[in-house]
Amino acid sequence: MSRTRTVALPKDLYRRAFVESFKKLDPRVMMKNPVMFVVEVGFVITLLLTFVPNLFGGESEPLFNAVVSFILFVTILFANFAEALAEGRGKAQAESLKKTKQETKARRIAKDGSLQMVNSTDLRKGDIVIVETGELIPSDGEIIEGVASVDESAITGESAPVIKEAGGDFSSVTGGTRVVSDQIRIRVTTDPGESFLDRMISLVEGAKRQKTPNEIALSTLLVSLTLIFLIVCTTLLPIAGFVNAAIPVATLIALLVCLIPTTIGGLLSAIGIAGMDRVTQFNVIATSGKAVEASGDINTIILDKTGTITHGNRMAAEFVTVGKAKLEVLNKVAAQSSLYDETPEGRSVIELAKKQGLSSEALQLPGSEGIEFRAETRMSGTNLADGSLIRKGAVDAIKKYVTEQGGSIPSDLETKANAIAVAGGTALAVVEGKTILGLIYLKDTVKPGMRERFEELRRMGIRTVMCTGDNPLTAATIAKEAGVDDFVAEAKPEDKIALIRKEQAEGKLVAMTGDGTNDAPALAQADVGLAMNSGTVAAKEAANMVDLDSDPTKIIEVVAIGKQLLMTRGALTTFSIANDVAKYFAIIPAMFMLAIPQMSALNIMNLATPQSAILSALIFNAIIIPILIPLAMKGVKYTPMSASKLLSRNLVIYGLGGILVPFIGIKLIDMILATFSLV
Amino acid sequence: MDFLQIALVLVVLLVLAIPMGRYLSRAFALEETRLDRFFGGAERLIYKLCGIRLADMSWKQYAVAVLVSNITMVAIAYLILRLQGVLPANPSGIAAMEPLLSFNTAVSFLTNTNLQHYSGESGLSYLSQMIVIIYLMFTTPATGIAVVMAFMRGLTGKRSIGNYYVDLIRAHTRVLIPLSIIVTLLLVAQGVPQTMEPTATATTITGAEQQIARGPVASLVSIKHLGTNGGGFFGVNSSHPFENPTPLSNLLEILSMFLIPASLPFTFGFMAKSRKQGWIIFGAMGVMFLAFLLLAYFNEVNGNPALERAGLSQTMGSMEGKEVRFGIAQTALFTAVTTAATTGTVNIMHDTLTPLGGLVPLGEMMLNCVFGGDGVGTINILMYAILAVFIAGLMVGRTPEFLGRKIEGREMKLIAIAILVHPLIILAPTAIALATDMGSAGISNPGFHGISQALYEFTSSAANNGSGFEGLGDNTPFWNISTGLVMLFGRYISIIAMLAVAGSLIAKTPVPETMGTLQTDNNVFLVILIATVVIVGALTFLPVLALGPIAEWLTIR
Repeated sequence: MSRTRTVALPKDLYRRAFVESFKKLDPRVMMKNPVMFVVEVGFVITLLLTFVPNLFGGESEPLFNAVVSFILFVTILFANFAEALAEGRGKAQAESLKKTKQETKARRIAKDGSLQMVNSTDLRKGDIVIVETGELIPSDGEIIEGVASVDESAITGESAPVIKEAGGDFSSVTGGTRVVSDQIRIRVTTDPGESFLDRMISLVEGAKRQKTPNEIALSTLLVSLTLIFLIVCTTLLPIAGFVNAAIPVATLIALLVCLIPTTIGGLLSAIGIAGMDRVTQFNVIATSGKAVEASGDINTIILDKTGTITHGNRMAAEFVTVGKAKLEVLNKVAAQSSLYDETPEGRSVIELAKKQGLSSEALQLPGSEGIEFRAETRMSGTNLADGSLIRKGAVDAIKKYVTEQGGSIPSDLETKANAIAVAGGTALAVVEGKTILGLIYLKDTVKPGMRERFEELRRMGIRTVMCTGDNPLTAATIAKEAGVDDFVAEAKPEDKIALIRKEQAEGKLVAMTGDGTNDAPALAQADVGLAMNSGTVAAKEAANMVDLDSDPTKIIEVVAIGKQLLMTRGALTTFSIANDVAKYFAIIPAMFMLAIPQMSALNIMNLATPQSAILSALIFNAIIIPILIPLAMKGVKYTPMSASKLLSRNLVIYGLGGILVPFIGIKLIDMILATFSLV
Repeated sequence: MDFLQIALVLVVLLVLAIPMGRYLSRAFALEETRLDRFFGGAERLIYKLCGIRLADMSWKQYAVAVLVSNITMVAIAYLILRLQGVLPANPSGIAAMEPLLSFNTAVSFLTNTNLQHYSGESGLSYLSQMIVIIYLMFTTPATGIAVVMAFMRGLTGKRSIGNYYVDLIRAHTRVLIPLSIIVTLLLVAQGVPQTMEPTATATTITGAEQQIARGPVASLVSIKHLGTNGGGFFGVNSSHPFENPTPLSNLLEILSMFLIPASLPFTFGFMAKSRKQGWIIFGAMGVMFLAFLLLAYFNEVNGNPALERAGLSQTMGSMEGKEVRFGIAQTALFTAVTTAATTGTVNIMHDTLTPLGGLVPLGEMMLNCVFGGDGVGTINILMYAILAVFIAGLMVGRTPEFLGRKIEGREMKLIAIAILVHPLIILAPTAIALATDMGSAGISNPGFHGISQALYEFTSSAANNGSGFEGLGDNTPFWNISTGLVMLFGRYISIIAMLAVAGSLIAKTPVPETMGTLQTDNNVFLVILIATVVIVGALTFLPVLALGPIAEWLTIR
């Protein structure tokens, strides 16, 4: 289940962000954000004018210059604060991930075969260690021998242990997780500080943050708007000179700062950082912001059937007798075998038995004892008080168990088990003593809510394709039941890549989830590849996102986050540009009113004095940044709907709102300034 | 009655523009069409004579071809202007044009601007009128049409952006030459002279002798409008009775200058296989045009308050500088059309418009995408459409895409250049002109109107319009050089940038449209497009407009 990682904001986060925002005033740092750099230059000029009012010839009011200078300074600080806060939150996320890393002792097998106790930090790639029940796995690695159940809750938050075994897709283990049963030998696959988690943490910390393609394109637009307004404001001085309308330099700088897109310019990087941060909060780690951005563009999602769309061969659908066994007996014994089995499939067996008429008394078994599932035996069951042993488990495991006890295998067991497998189900054999009574037909069931989610995706314009190794008949049934748009049956790993390539050739962006080594090429080919943390190292290396909870359905949330990130950027850009309309009406009349008194006709907001008009616009321009920080961090509200509806809604809120809000805001600030006769 | 006239003209325009749009999409199709059979013979002959290879071009090859051919054209034009005194077809014995004025004139006609710092009847020989003026009046709109076709192919096509020389030839054979023959004949029928006879001498009723200039006027006037050129045969342009004698000729001229710019959005719709898309682009241009037209009309109808105070009746509206035979409605319409389509032909002296009436031509040229000149206007509005898609497209949570093509960093850089250049080449030289003696010496009005005068000259040059706020003493080295450069930058920088955009877009695999795609063929997008043009394109100029026409309006109110 998707569980959000909540990070308690450390109290000093704000304090640190505050300090950082001063450090970021360094012009070399500010240069990276041209919009805010222009503001900084404006700040320096007005600051100089405060002390040398006739710096550019002519008279100017030192006090007015000082106030403008101060507001500009605060504007820059606000923008820096937004970025610092976002970065700080990223770091806080990383801290919480780091807590899962604990210093441990490890038992390393030396070359001569002897065991030595070493610190986990001393382990190097290729070392082999032994980990026993109750111990922490010291480093990322691969099981080379043994089977064990591992508690990965430190990373995933999922309390149920998972089975890990040598060879195959479930051989990789993560440092910091705990072995809860059995003993395994692990080959260490990373050097200290380079483990998967380490690299992920450094990414989250933003150490290697690069601008994403869309961010670069947007920055280009913002820079060109800034340059345009720079041209507008510098040429205004000589043009106004022709009609002897002198414009104070500070006023001109105020106009410039109001017109250039400082709102989005100040919040742009915070939006990007916060977007990645939101992904992390979902316990998904993205290797780059580019991947998060791409997920907003996804056209097609390829989902594995098992484990993603369905519970994965879990619910008992039917009891099938073998040999001469009677159905009532099988009913009862199957239920008894699952008495202590708390897994969903165990509970489903009891449920089915009851549905088929088993009385509750048959399950009152005082003195009985539960036998837990073990990776070695691949069986579980119940030892009754009367000494009879009831077991259920994989067909071949039960066969082995019965043969060992000298029992016989019913002749129809094989065929009936095969029939279940062909239909896409899984068969569990039930044995009492040494008599195999029959099979439990475990059938895939679609997870609740999947249908609605696919419906949601369709509304977002995203196509879902189900991939399964099942035969076409079973696949079609499940596909229909789940409501996916398309399915690929009897899919081999190559088919997945072929499917991805085909979609990409049509210009579509494809997302997929996977965990096995044979998924790795497809994960790499996909535009967004989400690997399960429980999967192999190869899969995780190939993917550009890893889900620590190993919940494949999370790809849907990731897509939503990607969309939200782009929407937030678009909404704030629109808002920022739309704000200019009101600012023009505040500043233009104020600028020329002295030289051309008739200009007051354009003062439609009826602002008190030219000075208060200019300062109100400038103050509005500054405080809108911190007001919008929460929105930049959280992202704009996103509910799946068609693009047209989404656009109309956002256009009204951020476009029309962007035009109207500053009219109100500037007027309010002006009234406050006038009331307190500040200007 | 006024509104009926205006509405009638616009309806006729729409009726003509839709089939014309479809015709243009076929005439320039990369695939074979039936038109090839009709025009193919003559065209093949031209290709053979000129040694033109018909291979598809990359955007760079296309841009180089545009530049090379245009440089050749301007060289020919310059030489003829300098040598016209000794060349034949000069019955009135007009001397050579001086170098700087020749530079300005050649560039002006090369860039489809037709800014005239000379007076046609006294400054040019018949040979210059026909070879320099009429020749460039054909080739420059043809260049514009070729480039817009390449650009639209980049946005909608798969194969390539085409071959410049083929497009250039086809623009002549399939569009401009046939149309200009028709329009010339219609103009002659209205009484426009078409003769090689020299200036006539007449005796007036008071017994004085009058020189009446004439010449091959009709052929020039037809292509002047069809090609959104605008340079008149006579100095006073289409207010001269020989260029525009009747209300019907006025209508004909309005329709011919709007025909191609108004059809190109529909052509785009046909090429994009989405006629609605064409309608939305046309609609956005149309709404802006109507707004400007009404602003001009009402301001002129309401008269000039300053003259009213001086005791002059303004019941007929502000008739200062207007031809009585056209009246307010036809004048306002002509003015709005000539600057929307950046033709620059005038049937009124724009200098005499009321302040806000004068803001209309200025505003339309500043936007440069309210239909705009042949080809380039459509390129500009499509550029704004890409910009609108980029800003609004993000709000639906996807990387913005226009007609299935993703708009990314490279496109934004190129568009940034184009939107940056326009205000730069208007505002910077205006500031220089107003702040220096060499510039302000030519400005004949003090105060706000003086600002408008200088601003108008550079806006007209940058938008390649060519009309002027007359009264400006513009035949000076400063004005000849500065406007000459502004015209060159105004035309070629954005053409090259947009060809690069086309080259970049055509290389992209189109993304299929889904429910999650931003739709660009509905009214919501129309609103976004207009808002983008107004906020990005127009508000930039608000401060300077406030000092010019707006201040003037406020002070004479």
